[in-house]
Amino acid sequence: MTDSRIERFEKRREELKNMSDEELKTLFWQLCDQAVAPIVDLAKTHTSPSIERSVLLRMGIDSISSHGVVDRIYEAGLLGKGAGHVVLKLAQKNGTDVRAAAAAILENKDVLNGLF
Amino acid sequence: MTKQLNPNKKLDIEEIMQNLESYHPRRKGWTWRETPTDGVDMGPFHYQDMSVPLKNSIGLPASKYFDFIDPQPACVVTTEIASGRFEDDIRRMRMAAWHGADHLMVIRTTGQSHIDGLMEGTPEGVGGVPITRKQIRASRKACDMIEDEVGRPINFHSYVSGVAGPEVAVLFAEEGINGAHQDPQYNVLYRNVNMYRSFVDAAEAKKVMAGADIFQIDGAHNANATAKAGWLVMPELMVQHGLNCAFSVAVGMKKELIGLSTVPPNSPPAPKLWYDLPYAVALRDFFSDYKMRAQQNTRYIEADIEEAIRTHTIDTLISMLTSADIQSTITPDEGRNVPWHYNNIRGVQTVKQTWAALDGIKELLNLNKQGPLGEMVRDLKERAICFLEEVIEAGGYFAAVEKGFFVDSAKYPDRNGDGIARDGKGGVGADTIIERDPDYMAPVCDHFGQNHLPSGLQKPCDLIDGCTLCKPEKIVFIDELDPADSVNARLEKTLPYRKGGLIRPEAEWAGDGVVLTQFVVPETEEVAREAAVEIARKMGLEDPQVVNLMVLQAAEGCFVEVKGKVQFDIKKADLKIPPKEIMLPEEEIRAAIKSVGLKVVAGTVGEDEHSVGLREILDIKHGGIEKYGAKYHYLGTSVPLGKLVDAAIETGSHAILISTIISHNDIHRTQMRKLAELCQEKGIRDKIILIAGGTQVTRDMAAETGLDATFGRGTKGIQVVDAIVKKLKARGAV
Repeated sequence: MTDSRIERFEKRREELKNMSDEELKTLFWQLCDQAVAPIVDLAKTHTSPSIERSVLLRMGIDSISSHGVVDRIYEAGLLGKGAGHVVLKLAQKNGTDVRAAAAAILENKDVLNGLF
Repeated sequence: MTKQLNPNKKLDIEEIMQNLESYHPRRKGWTWRETPTDGVDMGPFHYQDMSVPLKNSIGLPASKYFDFIDPQPACVVTTEIASGRFEDDIRRMRMAAWHGADHLMVIRTTGQSHIDGLMEGTPEGVGGVPITRKQIRASRKACDMIEDEVGRPINFHSYVSGVAGPEVAVLFAEEGINGAHQDPQYNVLYRNVNMYRSFVDAAEAKKVMAGADIFQIDGAHNANATAKAGWLVMPELMVQHGLNCAFSVAVGMKKELIGLSTVPPNSPPAPKLWYDLPYAVALRDFFSDYKMRAQQNTRYIEADIEEAIRTHTIDTLISMLTSADIQSTITPDEGRNVPWHYNNIRGVQTVKQTWAALDGIKELLNLNKQGPLGEMVRDLKERAICFLEEVIEAGGYFAAVEKGFFVDSAKYPDRNGDGIARDGKGGVGADTIIERDPDYMAPVCDHFGQNHLPSGLQKPCDLIDGCTLCKPEKIVFIDELDPADSVNARLEKTLPYRKGGLIRPEAEWAGDGVVLTQFVVPETEEVAREAAVEIARKMGLEDPQVVNLMVLQAAEGCFVEVKGKVQFDIKKADLKIPPKEIMLPEEEIRAAIKSVGLKVVAGTVGEDEHSVGLREILDIKHGGIEKYGAKYHYLGTSVPLGKLVDAAIETGSHAILISTIISHNDIHRTQMRKLAELCQEKGIRDKIILIAGGTQVTRDMAAETGLDATFGRGTKGIQVVDAIVKKLKARGAV
């Protein structure tokens, strides 16, 4: 705790005294929105192994296979494309369904070479 | 079709486990209780703030005095279940639902939040269950049957946190979980998950939850369970709630499906209301668009169950003085063991009893916001705003976490320097988020963020001919990974206690043998503790442990509670269960009484001045024998037996009713025997009917004492006239 922090707080609080309860509430939510905005942007532009596994689950691939497939895609440096994207592309290339494509990746990760 | 349960039969777990591979939830999303705006009428009462009653339920103990009414609070009522075995959890869910819980929260096994992926199968858990697809399906299927049985939808709930949040959220959406905790701050502060990973994952998880209308509860309340002085962190709590709400809305959640997990932070002997009430009001002012999930205080719960229940009663009062959309309950034994099932019921009863007692309190009382309450509310709001401004000045949320802004035990702006600081480069899952490429794509529904799908699609999953959220038949069901650690292996062991006719007491699991004993040891604390363990051991308990000790007076003694296990079984077939007395139809009783002109003499015998019990048996007002047409001569209290017999002869009575309450050295038995002997001597025994009642009297004492019928506690007048008429019939007198 530093004195200057406390002093700034006291000063700021004097300013807030002039605001109505409703204005205070509006300010609270403006500040919350301001604080989370950069985090929302981070989330829009990034992904994670768990997110990608959750995509494969939704594509009808079981949890154990999803784990291995995402690991292989990550190792191949392709997770930024989206694991679902990778699996779908391989399925289209091989003319199989997505489950067979996932199994193919698990069997031999070399199938990912030259996919993009 | 869901199978209909028989209230008098146990859940058939083996049957529930069948065909799980093809089970899908019959609905998704959260359900509130149905609350008529003009209140609810029950028995002789009108309630202002109650929901529609249940079809089947068990009321409070006192409900027997009120025609068994069981008023159900307007709010959803939660109970948390954490046994470690889901096959026992679902039995506990049924018990809780019968007492009025409709939000069943299943705690995860220790460490699941650090498991990088989904768990499968049905392994046994510690302090909770491993949350898996099979466990959820079996539980949800059981909840379907239970909700049909009690007549109200059940919200099934678990946790979307840790490093597998998005996958868990998908699992929950697929399997019809209705509510879940989700708060990225919780991962960061309490689970040391990397902060960037936690928030990036949370956005996806929340989007998936929103798609399935799963109700979200945040994790802010953990700050007052963690900080040394829980009542000082209130400005920070408002900030934590605010950040999770704002983040959730920004990623697509509806405000009406976002709940604040809020706990009245203080506890007696503190002047609780002066802290908890302003906090509750400030929160409800700022967060008026959101729902309140009022939790009860756990911070100061230790071993004393009654103390916990008293605090929880006051917590519920605070909910009622302000508002609660969901009232959570805490099992009052949480501070001393992994909660036992009957304590879930006690927690639910605390809310039900308080809510009924204080029904409509806001129509009778107003909060006085002109005085100190208003000032304290304003103070909290201003501090919360200044906290947020400092977060932004410090470089934003992540920077503030690195600097230890959160869970500092001082009241903002003071700092004790004991906040939880986390390094952005550290924690579980550090360095695992990846920037999406310009052509990033995910061909599934409810996906958050940049997604470069080809144009012209109606749904993202058109590319794969439907995702599991649209086509549940695509979900892959994994049964078991380790048959040795599975529900089948456990069910085999507990079979004798569930279906095999053996009985063993239980507190958590079928056949666990756990019992609790309570007694006073007239010694000092140190001696009492050791003596209690020895006493329990001599009582035959294995592994006895003192779970609570209350000093009555340093030298005079201690109240001690000891838990332990019994290792023996009782065979159900060996028990002698007294057959239930089948009562004559009321009309037949009335007709018989009328035809003989039934007269009785009655009195309390011995040196005994109690009269209430007997008056209830006699008077019409209490549903006594008078109600059925019998005439009585009441001779009062401390009546000599001889006087009763003489009066019976004089009045030509058909029966003598004696009451015996106070009894030392088996005086009640002596009195009963004497009455029979006296009538024998007077030569009227085969004409007169002799009946005794009292708190220490039991039904089987009649044969032993030579009377015609004997009754214990809780007897009603109709049972007495039923016995008289049956005897008259046997003698051919009617």
